[in-house]
Amino acid sequence: MRRPLGGRLRISTTWLGAAPFLGYTGLFLALPTVLVVVGAFSGPHGPTLANLTQLSQPYVVSAFLNSLVLSAVSSGIGAVVGAILAYAVATGSPDGMMRRLVTALCGVLSQFGGVTLAFAFIATIGTEGFIVIWLQQHGITFYPNGVWLFSLTGLTLIYTYFQIPLMVIVFMPALDGIRPQWREATETLGGATWHYWRHVAGPLLLPAFLGAWLLLFANAFSAYATAAALLDIGGVIVPLQISRALSSEVGLDQASFAAALALGMVVVVAIITVLYARLQRRSARWLPR
Amino acid sequence: MNALISAAKAEGQLNVIALPLNWANYGTIIKDFEAKYGIKVNQANPQGSSQDEVNAVKSEAGTSNAPDVLDIGMAVAWANTSLFAPYEVAEWSDIPADQKDASGLWYQDYGGYMSIGYDSSKYTVTSVSDLLQPAFKSAVALDGDPTEANAALNGVMLASLANGGSISNIAPGVSFFKELNSDGNFVPVTATAATIDNGTTPVVFDWDYLNSASVVNLPSWKVFVPSNAVLGGYYAQAITKTAPHPAAARLWEEYLYSATGQNLWLQGGARPVEMSAMQANGTLNQTYAAALPTVSGSPVTLDQSQAAAAASYLAANWSAAVGS
Repeated sequence: MRRPLGGRLRISTTWLGAAPFLGYTGLFLALPTVLVVVGAFSGPHGPTLANLTQLSQPYVVSAFLNSLVLSAVSSGIGAVVGAILAYAVATGSPDGMMRRLVTALCGVLSQFGGVTLAFAFIATIGTEGFIVIWLQQHGITFYPNGVWLFSLTGLTLIYTYFQIPLMVIVFMPALDGIRPQWREATETLGGATWHYWRHVAGPLLLPAFLGAWLLLFANAFSAYATAAALLDIGGVIVPLQISRALSSEVGLDQASFAAALALGMVVVVAIITVLYARLQRRSARWLPR
Repeated sequence: MNALISAAKAEGQLNVIALPLNWANYGTIIKDFEAKYGIKVNQANPQGSSQDEVNAVKSEAGTSNAPDVLDIGMAVAWANTSLFAPYEVAEWSDIPADQKDASGLWYQDYGGYMSIGYDSSKYTVTSVSDLLQPAFKSAVALDGDPTEANAALNGVMLASLANGGSISNIAPGVSFFKELNSDGNFVPVTATAATIDNGTTPVVFDWDYLNSASVVNLPSWKVFVPSNAVLGGYYAQAITKTAPHPAAARLWEEYLYSATGQNLWLQGGARPVEMSAMQANGTLNQTYAAALPTVSGSPVTLDQSQAAAAASYLAANWSAAVGS
């Protein structure tokens, strides 16, 4: 930074432009996080660690594991399938009908979640869903080993339904940045397809891919309404456990334990964000500056 | 009473919360109250729990949206008396002494027995243990999570009573649902009017008056109260201290505890708290009373410490029993 001429202290006004951003993140990100942290450490008789110790109970640990597996699997499938689909679309005609159709569809479907989505699945492949009934009439049992829709498996399937289109939307701009000339250059220098992906496109796309995957992971990790509409009994994933701790009418309501659960979720997302930042720095070394 | 009516009319509105329209005939009750007094009933969060009701009382205190009156499970009523304003309706003496707070902070309103509702076009249920048979694959549901919802906790307690448990021991009920779940007979979906209509939850543990309401849309729906497990339960009314419409709140209670209000609950299949007094003074609607599901055996009801013991056992063991 340049020192102001004349050596007199001058208050910088450059931060003013960032004020709306800072205000927004302060109000909707920092403040809730602070409230969660304070809530997690507060008890009826002042500060306490009791809420956090409760997190070690087996049913809480298994809810966290379930949440992690659900988010990892649904975001993994979403990221890979979505990236392939995005690549197929991006390599096609930039103003083609196909591209416009796919992006429009993905824009809608990536936001199609919650109760409506759960209901759509219940109506199609629920116990009385029309596909199930139709197959039954043709002598085929859709669920030979019991209904798995109302379980983690079903939830993974439903989450994948909005993860894939979301991946297409967020990954497409990165693919658009890849120029065909780079591939031609690789070929001119005697490189094969594998060389191109290994040394050119791969390192360029990896940070964007990881970033998109992280977004998908967080998207699944924090989702609540779809799960609540599908399997709200048993507190299978963390958001459902939080809901129980907030609204139990049988005397198990503990707002501060809900805050401790939320803090656990914040920590998980923080760890993933740090890992992502490290990975990105590593892969950024390959990028031209 | 006339002064109360004119004060309530002047307020013109009443905020109620967590009253599903198909629950104990509340749809009709609200409409009738609005028509009778010209007071608009604002309904918030119809699917909310009793705890959601008191959470709203706390978070919306001082605003015009704060709930005026509550209809809550006993566990929540016992735990939150500091939020309630005492009031005694005109028929106060018709409410049995053990079903009201002596100082008028809460007063039970209606109740019923835990039951198993089922679609008789697909199943026959004559005992709780029937439900473990392979014919009930993906069929049996509760009205919520028992660590969260009072009706579901009582559902697990019903299974316990039918399987060698007692009112102070819910463990056999949890084992029953664990077995039900590992057999693939349990559906982890909260049973609602919609899931019963569309066949997702064809067998439901719930209060008899809630199960009875499903007959309207599904004529083959039957309600069964097992004679080896007769479990009763009542909800309670309370007026909030912070009620933005205090006169309308009191008028609402007067209306609910009048013969009209009590008979409307009865029409919805719930047993109003003044039932025996009304039977004696001849104001009970005999047609509605005769339509109640038959119950034989001696009923039991959870008291405060038994309810707390059941809840803490569930907190530690329920998720492990039915979580996937």
